[in-house]
Amino acid sequence: MIRSQVLICGGTGCTSSGSKAVREAFESEIVKQDLAEEVKIVPTGCFGLCEKGPVVIVYPEGTFYSHVQAEDVAEIVEEHLLKGRIVQRLVYDEVDEDEVTLTEEIKNEVRQISLNETAFYKAQKRVALRNCGVINPESIDEYIAMDGYAALGKVLTEMTPEDVIKCISDSGLRGRGGGGFPTGRKWSFTAANKADQKYVVCNADEGDPGAFMDRSVLEGDPHCVLEAMAICGYATGASEGYIYVRAEYPIAVKRLQIAIEQAKEYGLLGENIFDSGFNFDIHIRLGAGAFVCGEETALMTSIEGNRGEPRPRPPYPAVKGLFAKPTTENNVETFANVPQIILRGADWFASMGTERSKGTKVFALGGKITNTGLVEIPMGTTLREVIEDIGGGIPNGKKFKAAQTGGPSGGCIPASLIDTPIDYDNLIEMGCMMGSGGLIVMDEDNCMVDIAKFFLDFTVDESCGKCAPCRIGTMRMKEILEKITSGNGTLEDIDKLEELAMHVKENSLCGLGQTAPNPVLATLKFFREEYIAHVVDKKCPAGVCKALLNYSIDPEKCKGCTKCARNCPVGAISGKVKEPHVIDTTKCIKCGACIDNCNFGAVVKG
Amino acid sequence: MKSLEELAAIRDKMKSKVVLREGTGEIRVVVGMATCGIAAGARPVLNAFAEKVSEAGLSEKVTVSQTGCIGICQYEPVVEVFEAGKEKVTYVKMTAEKAAEVVEKHLKGGEVVTEYTISTAVS
Repeated sequence: MIRSQVLICGGTGCTSSGSKAVREAFESEIVKQDLAEEVKIVPTGCFGLCEKGPVVIVYPEGTFYSHVQAEDVAEIVEEHLLKGRIVQRLVYDEVDEDEVTLTEEIKNEVRQISLNETAFYKAQKRVALRNCGVINPESIDEYIAMDGYAALGKVLTEMTPEDVIKCISDSGLRGRGGGGFPTGRKWSFTAANKADQKYVVCNADEGDPGAFMDRSVLEGDPHCVLEAMAICGYATGASEGYIYVRAEYPIAVKRLQIAIEQAKEYGLLGENIFDSGFNFDIHIRLGAGAFVCGEETALMTSIEGNRGEPRPRPPYPAVKGLFAKPTTENNVETFANVPQIILRGADWFASMGTERSKGTKVFALGGKITNTGLVEIPMGTTLREVIEDIGGGIPNGKKFKAAQTGGPSGGCIPASLIDTPIDYDNLIEMGCMMGSGGLIVMDEDNCMVDIAKFFLDFTVDESCGKCAPCRIGTMRMKEILEKITSGNGTLEDIDKLEELAMHVKENSLCGLGQTAPNPVLATLKFFREEYIAHVVDKKCPAGVCKALLNYSIDPEKCKGCTKCARNCPVGAISGKVKEPHVIDTTKCIKCGACIDNCNFGAVVKG
Repeated sequence: MKSLEELAAIRDKMKSKVVLREGTGEIRVVVGMATCGIAAGARPVLNAFAEKVSEAGLSEKVTVSQTGCIGICQYEPVVEVFEAGKEKVTYVKMTAEKAAEVVEKHLKGGEVVTEYTISTAVS
């Protein structure tokens, strides 16, 4: 009889911090302690708190162990699983150790609060990620236990295709991959077109730097995507589906393959599903990682076996999509919401979020934030709640400066707008976009001109080259930014940059080029003074752009300890012992080694 | 899979296996599993609770868990039953057989098995 279950995260984050070794250690320790009949090891998808990985949760207590290493496992098995004593030193701890007013007893009580009570999880509402970190993604039975495939059953036995589309439309679900197009309307367009063959395509070509929610869903709950695609097929009259997933996501691909096989074996994919006469089959296509293939027409061109380039719209995919047949394309996270909407109703979903953005959104928190990881929050949550409460704030006492949403297609939200509720329309109004949900947090040490240059570097690399505005325009923009960051820019360059950005935005063929100028436009809008400081004062206020930096030593503070001189890799620092040192700026490569090594704060950057 | 009934059958069969992870039990049964408890035979007691609770179909209502030393080693194996709004019940000198009885009478029937409680043992 299984009395205890040990859930070990097998997501990509924890796998790279060593969860596989932890799992193997648990398996052997449990046999050693003769607990194999009583304790079950369950590999799961991502829990979301990747910062604390490898993550292990022991039920029924719900004890949340963080940073577990293989060496810790023997102790957990002996102490917790055998003797019932929670290993406090490994428990994820939100208690501030300096809080002297708390007695040890209360501290222990706080430590044992269930996982769902921690600040990281408390404000979250998990719909798309509901099974991630809860079930074994390689077991269709566990998915079924969590009401899996019940939505498909309901759709095929009780609802007409029109009912399904109405339910999705009424729920207010909008595409989670970037543009935010209403999903129900998208489905109705395909449904309205008559054809001998239609397709459903799942866009799992997650390309934004820093976004990994689709990966997490595919790794943690692959069956929910399959179920949703079949539902979409029924609603739109399609009998075949394609999942276009990056080859760089090997765990996701493997689990999808297992899931498709299991679903076929159970007759949940294939012919005559639930004896309804409905047939649906799903194929996987691996992408080679080109950013442009996340654009729907380029993605379909790539599935067809051609070079991944976008094509002009119209005709839209709903009319002439994959293999020139009517096609519905949705992103992974969009699909992940569908079964829940069918089971719990459109009203339930529409009760979450804001007026025009319903439900929840998953964000990948990254950058200068304490808790990096995946969070799913109701639409309309403010950026402040995400960063300060869920994200645990900015590390090292630094000040929040801005957050980048939508990756290279999005823009930044400055600190002054931190209380804006996050939804599709508010973000667009600010010149940002939801994008796929990457949320990169920046502090006072980030230079906004440098950030704009970073994202433009990315789009220049990823531009497919088909249309001139994107191919040439983004390159020229990047050159202007390089001129500015190297200290050779003029005020006129800033105006030129802005004008060029508008041209690229308006004239590019596809979403990649149309959104590529967004990081530049947003930083110009909110941080224009930083651009001006670069060209007029020839200074980088954040101290990032190397060409504009000069290192010097404050003779008042320098004790002459020689540590900086000993650590300088190019021998640019000279001086006698116990006398103030000097930096030779002609030799200095501005690496910052002297600042890191000075114990007296005598090295000045600026 | 040809019918919703087949799907429901798999779901019901599997439900008891994943319900442990939801931890929404209204009643919490805690078995003292420190060295003294284990030496006195707490493991068969813990396993009996886990098994009988599942057999009785109480998995969604009752969470069976373990804890360290409760502090009354002479009475081990000790089992405590916590229920919201009710006073904690402490059973002492438990065995697998007594555990089965507690599941049947107390957890299912709602009646405390007074002869195994600590108050009876002390007096």
